[in-house]
Amino acid sequence: MNKKAIRDEIIHISGVNPKKCMKCGKCSGTCPSYNEMEYHPHQFVYMVESGDIEPLMHSDSLYKCLSCFACVERCPRGVEPAKIIEAVRLMTVRQQGANHLKSDAIPELLDENLPQQAIVSAMRKYSK
Amino acid sequence: MQRVGVFVCWCGSNIAATVDVKAVAEALKAEPGVVFSTDYQYMCSQAGQDMIKEAIREHQLTGVVICSCSPRMHEATFRKTAESAGINPYMVEIANIREQCSWVHKDIPTGTEKAIILGRAAIAKVSLNAPLTPGESPVTKRALVIGGGIAGIQTALDIADAGFPVDIVEKKPTIGGKMAQIDKTFPTLDCAACILTPKMVDVAQNDKIRIFSYSEVEAVSGFVGNFDVKIKKKARFVDETKCTGCGLCTEKCPQKKVPNDFNLGMDMKRAIYIPFAQAVPKVATIEADYCNMLKNGKCGVCAKVCTAGAIDYKQQDEIIEEKYGAIVVATGFNPISMEKFDEFAYNQSKDVITSLEFERLTNAAGPTAGKLLRPSDGKHPETIVFVQCVGSRCDACNEKGKEYCSKICCMYTAKHAMLTRDKYPDTDVYVFYIDVRTPGKNFDEFYRRAVEEYGVHYIKGMVGKILPEGDKLKVRASDLIENKQINIDADLVVLAAAIEPDKSARPLATMLTASMDTNDFFTEAHPKLRPVESPTAGVFLSGACQGPKDIPETVSQAGAAASKVIGLLAKDKLLGNPCVAGSDEMMCNGCSSCERVCPYGAISYLDKEFRMPDRTTKVRRVAQVNEAVCQGCGACTVACPSGAMDLKGFKNNQILAEVDAICR
Amino acid sequence: MSMNEFKPKIVAFCCNWCSYAGADLAGNNRLSYPADVKIIRVPCSCRVNPMFILRAFQKGADGVIICGCHPGDCHYTSGNYYTRRRMALLFSMLDYLGIERERTRLEWVSAAEGAKFSQTMNEFVEAVTALGENKRLEDLRCKE
Repeated sequence: MNKKAIRDEIIHISGVNPKKCMKCGKCSGTCPSYNEMEYHPHQFVYMVESGDIEPLMHSDSLYKCLSCFACVERCPRGVEPAKIIEAVRLMTVRQQGANHLKSDAIPELLDENLPQQAIVSAMRKYSK
Repeated sequence: MQRVGVFVCWCGSNIAATVDVKAVAEALKAEPGVVFSTDYQYMCSQAGQDMIKEAIREHQLTGVVICSCSPRMHEATFRKTAESAGINPYMVEIANIREQCSWVHKDIPTGTEKAIILGRAAIAKVSLNAPLTPGESPVTKRALVIGGGIAGIQTALDIADAGFPVDIVEKKPTIGGKMAQIDKTFPTLDCAACILTPKMVDVAQNDKIRIFSYSEVEAVSGFVGNFDVKIKKKARFVDETKCTGCGLCTEKCPQKKVPNDFNLGMDMKRAIYIPFAQAVPKVATIEADYCNMLKNGKCGVCAKVCTAGAIDYKQQDEIIEEKYGAIVVATGFNPISMEKFDEFAYNQSKDVITSLEFERLTNAAGPTAGKLLRPSDGKHPETIVFVQCVGSRCDACNEKGKEYCSKICCMYTAKHAMLTRDKYPDTDVYVFYIDVRTPGKNFDEFYRRAVEEYGVHYIKGMVGKILPEGDKLKVRASDLIENKQINIDADLVVLAAAIEPDKSARPLATMLTASMDTNDFFTEAHPKLRPVESPTAGVFLSGACQGPKDIPETVSQAGAAASKVIGLLAKDKLLGNPCVAGSDEMMCNGCSSCERVCPYGAISYLDKEFRMPDRTTKVRRVAQVNEAVCQGCGACTVACPSGAMDLKGFKNNQILAEVDAICR
Repeated sequence: MSMNEFKPKIVAFCCNWCSYAGADLAGNNRLSYPADVKIIRVPCSCRVNPMFILRAFQKGADGVIICGCHPGDCHYTSGNYYTRRRMALLFSMLDYLGIERERTRLEWVSAAEGAKFSQTMNEFVEAVTALGENKRLEDLRCKE
């Protein structure tokens, strides 16, 4: 898949129009996982729009998003960054094939400080 | 039968090169009703016009067809020619054989053939023309200004200056509007009250201006030059003519727990009050919902202390009816409600305030006498965070905010930040911005001064969340340039709330049949070329009711609106466009279809008595077009199911005759 | 009559403020279009009564086009919206009667769009010419 195809696919999956972003940074200002992330919500939106998606797909930031939707709720332009992050995550999964973790492998990967909500939302999302 | 004369113009070679003008003149001679047909090099020249006049007299022509350039070019010229030869100017039709024939077709046979057909259509139309006279209506030489803020004040002063009487209707007890609440004005930092209050005094002292304060417009009827307006003067329970504004009552009133709306509820006033020291008119008003005397008949202190005997607990609302020639809307703006922005904790903490509240906090006449103190505990704030674009520039689907840029916030925030740093150099001032928009004379220099000289921290990014914790406000925001999230423990947060038109604007627009956009801003007649007129004739726009504006812009628009009003009021009579709709009463069945499509509200209904063939009478509802209001679009003529409605100058049978002539 | 010789009769209704001025501009810029198009000036596109269009087809017109200001630009604020709704209904009714969709058209042409006017007329005439003569609604009594 070329850059543009990946970008279009992500936009298609998420149903989000990143062009609507006015680059105010409220999503990142509001993100509770901000400090955990290498790429922040506003960067996800901007980098998807500019087609610079490779680094996002290889970044741990994908899995740091709690899907708390604070950014979606507060974005003044209705861009919904969490959905974009989710779509990038899906793209990664699709490209790598079935890379689900075995459930036995999970406990040792868990970080002591990982918020409970992250574990629950991850289970909700990836157990299907 | 009309006696039609046809005049085919060569326009030098512009027409003659691709149209055989002699053949056209010859062919059109054979058309029914044509008694004279000729061609000439330049019809619009003096010689050409003289030729037309002579032919009209010599051949007793009743209708004239000119085959020439576009009617948009010379229709007016030829109408004048016809008029000076003694026939009605509306008996002239133009066949456009230049722009729509000779210039777009290349060879003579095609050009000639089309020119003949266009000529035929014009002859067919002119045969059915009827003389038209533009309607006249008198002009009431008095203007109404709705809203007494700086926009209304300036408009009223300018109109009065030209010698016309003006009435200002203001819903608050005093004129002055938002500008009276503001502390300093950007970019010059002069004190708002110092430049506004002299103007308010000018208004009060001008014998051409009447102020209806504490009043609202109740109903508007009529049309340009002849508006009938009902104004409701709300009961203030104080006789305006007797009250001297001494203020004794406002000191003695025992009811002290009335939120002071002039200070945006940040302190309390008495149940009888004068909004501020320089109020115009300087008359006390009783807040009926809080007055013990009005609520349960126990008190009467104000009446006892009033030496002028101005208190009147039995005062009733009063309706004033007045005629006006022109109406200026100057209803202004309000900051939007911050209730829905939970993330900014406006409801949770008293120390999160809007910019207008900040103005009152820094105003010497405000609740803190000009000392910048936290509303919650009265302490001096050390860290102040300003948040821009709160509720502005939102997505169209966002129900909390507005889609537009509120325009003034960047500048007043820079002003607030600068003044704070100037007066309290120990404070840390942060401004979170998305873009800093400073187009205006000396605006960007002002903003740069705030940064460079006063050391205000401008951070590109938006505040995501404000969390009240103890006596601090934890502000979490992003810094997009450093690409990090920052946390600030602030003492005071100021939200630059978006502005929206006053709530009274929409019902008013309905009364005036003036149009508004989806944000409830009044629309102008033309966004570029007629920016201070409403599409509804006789209604003019001044200030922020038309769109977000700062004070200089408001004042210049107010002056422009006044000059338009003066131009209108200077006329003794208004000449209408004679090509207006008219209803045939015998065919009208009073169904209201036409009324519903009319964009100008020009159609009304009348119960009219008709004599029947058997000598009885019958009352029927019939449509009536107000010719002074009708602009002649013709929407009603198509909506009319019975064919009673027709448009003069473009009658159904005229257009059908043109269709027939073209398809022949 | 062979197809090569066929010259359609086209009636164009143009609103005074935008489209008629657009047609004038096409003339000023010498942007040619077929002479089969004859323009009738109306104050606003909403002045065009469906009756006029029916009459044109009855009298042997092969195509009718209505031009108005762009939505939102109407000189009378809302006239072209009425036109849009009325013509949507009329054109579908005409289609039902056997007047092909290509014979009727509603187009927004501003006073600045001379090129668009000429291009629209070229396209429209081409489409109508391809369809040939209109016999469906022609009133034989109108023929001498």
